[in-house]
Amino acid sequence: MLQLSRDDLVQAYIRMRTIREFEERVHTEFAGGAIPGFVHLYAGEEASAVGVCMNLEDKDYIASTHRGHGHCIAKGCDVEAMMKEIYGRRDGSCGGKGGSMHIADLSKGMMGANGIVGGGPPLVCGAALSAKTLKTGGVAVAFVGDGGSNQGTTLESYNLANVWNLPVVFVVEDNGYAESTASAWSVGGSQLKRAEAFGMPGREVDGHDFFAVYEAAKEAIDRARAGDGPSLLHVKLNRYYGHFEGDAMTYRADGEVEALRETVDSLAAFRTRVTETGLLEGRQLDDIDREVAASIGQAVTAAMSAKAPSEEDLLTDVYVSY
Amino acid sequence: MAKKSYRQAINEALAQEMRRDPTVIVMGEDNAGGLGAPGEDDAWGGVLGVTKGLMPEFGRERVLDTPISESAFIGAAAGAAATGLRPVAELMFVDFMGVCFDQIFNQAGKFRYMFGGKAVTPLVVRTMYGAGFRAASQHSQCLYPIFTHVPGLKVVLPSSPYEAKGLLIQAIRDDDPVIFLEHKVLYDDEEEVPDEPYTIPFGEANLTREGEDVTIVAMGRMVKFANQVADGLETDGISCTVLDPRTTSPLDTDSILESVEETGRLVVVDEASPRCNMATDISALVAERAFGALKAPIRMVTPPHTPVPFAPELEDLYIPSPEKIGAAVREVMEHGA
Ligand SMILES: Cc1ncc(C[n+]2csc(CCOP(=O)(O)OP(=O)(O)O)c2C)c(N)n1
Ligand SMILES: [Mg+2]
Repeated sequence: MLQLSRDDLVQAYIRMRTIREFEERVHTEFAGGAIPGFVHLYAGEEASAVGVCMNLEDKDYIASTHRGHGHCIAKGCDVEAMMKEIYGRRDGSCGGKGGSMHIADLSKGMMGANGIVGGGPPLVCGAALSAKTLKTGGVAVAFVGDGGSNQGTTLESYNLANVWNLPVVFVVEDNGYAESTASAWSVGGSQLKRAEAFGMPGREVDGHDFFAVYEAAKEAIDRARAGDGPSLLHVKLNRYYGHFEGDAMTYRADGEVEALRETVDSLAAFRTRVTETGLLEGRQLDDIDREVAASIGQAVTAAMSAKAPSEEDLLTDVYVSY
Repeated sequence: MAKKSYRQAINEALAQEMRRDPTVIVMGEDNAGGLGAPGEDDAWGGVLGVTKGLMPEFGRERVLDTPISESAFIGAAAGAAATGLRPVAELMFVDFMGVCFDQIFNQAGKFRYMFGGKAVTPLVVRTMYGAGFRAASQHSQCLYPIFTHVPGLKVVLPSSPYEAKGLLIQAIRDDDPVIFLEHKVLYDDEEEVPDEPYTIPFGEANLTREGEDVTIVAMGRMVKFANQVADGLETDGISCTVLDPRTTSPLDTDSILESVEETGRLVVVDEASPRCNMATDISALVAERAFGALKAPIRMVTPPHTPVPFAPELEDLYIPSPEKIGAAVREVMEHGA
């Protein structure tokens, strides 16, 4: 916490609130039928993306998952362009060609949400290899779900990052479920023992606690930046919505989500911590809440009235040269 | 006969074969669902509910949920198939074959030949394919030409609920590895489907419309479009044959050639990317073996050579439409009147 200035804290809160507001709005808009396709919401998990990305710069890379909106926002992607992308608009982040599951902005070090579980970790090894070879001083972070932690590509990446001594951090976001299947069942062994077996330090982190994530990520990222190799964070957290929008969540216990919102909400915890310690005032946070809500509202309005791509867009962007 | 959806027809085929043969097992991500979770058991039945109800009847020993480890479980299904079981493994979206293709094409697909005819691998990989769901580039592909390309694999594309049930039972009873591709847009389509088990043999095309002027070969969801087009053009005095090959491997080349011999005109409709797809394959077949019968150039109706776009406006332009198929038929009709 020592390293975080008041400005940093304000930044962190803005990003977490932006993610929450973005996801709550997308949830409502999706239910109203305005948004096409598969949408996976990150609400509830904000402290992980923001706690990690507060340690990163534009030259650092992250790879995300299908549940990518939070990682995008935390890494600095333009929120209005993201919303437009989710609506499939021509001036969305990806020209309307990608949608929710493929939002990317390489200029911000965001290598994309990903429709393929386990798609990201190998890519991050590549980004880290570039950083190492080109001596940019950059690091690369792979966000992986508990489900994604069982993919061969993920486990191979653990090994590759170690044998190549790459500046990588693997952030396993364990929200307890992969679709309807519990991580308590699907993960053999443990995340930390897996890290150890591949020769990396691993730490378990409370993913509802921004400060805990920030500090653990700082240690891992500093280590990577110093050339001391990869590490793994096992971040335990919860998602507030279904696997995707439209999931009735019958596999969850009755009242599970309500209880989580009541007891371990990351935004509420952040607020308590910074106001009780006198670092920020409640009023300041209220103002942020209002401003963020207004800006997300504006993003939705802009997205709704934005133009769809047209026929000529269908054939472009397949190759650099033809 | 009761009306059943494509989803129900597939579910019924699985249940009936599991009742008939204790070596038939089902596996896949969330195929029962809720495993280890505090809520409902059998919560999902696969992502679109196709396997729902199987676990309560057959138990967790025969309906296996899997971690998200496609290489491992598709490969395990292949290994189990070669050693006494008849696994039906669900690869949630065909796009995910990227993760596990080795186990399909280097392992399962080659055992028989490499081992000198000694292996029997009665594996079925059920997988969902196709555009139309706004699911974007990594969840909308067809990819069946890639499986068709591999000697040793059989490739099945059921175009309706009736077809789905009969072809899936055939697939489960077949002794070779079968890739069974379910079009995601068809799951809620309904038609009359017999309650009792029945099989539809592989390599026998289905003649869904009989006509004299043009042969339309279409597969999967495109059969529906081709039938619509044929019915619409009837009123304009253009009479079309529609052939659904049902399986791209084996392919019923005889029926295609015979039909083109009669009509002299061919339109092939294929939802897969246009290079090296079924349209090019079938066109080459006809150009080589029925060239003399052709009155018009062959027309292929396919998407453009691009990934599947997300925006609904673009995806609708991407998918071969009844309008495009109709235009192609009219075009070939301008020749050899
Ligand atoms: C290779 C592959 N297999 C399966 C899927 C389908 N799928 C999408 S998300 C998901 C669950 C992922 O769970 P987890 O990694 O824990 O992430 P979470 O959804 O909990 O954020 C599955 C099975 C996929 N997209 N890609
Ligand atoms: Mg998860």
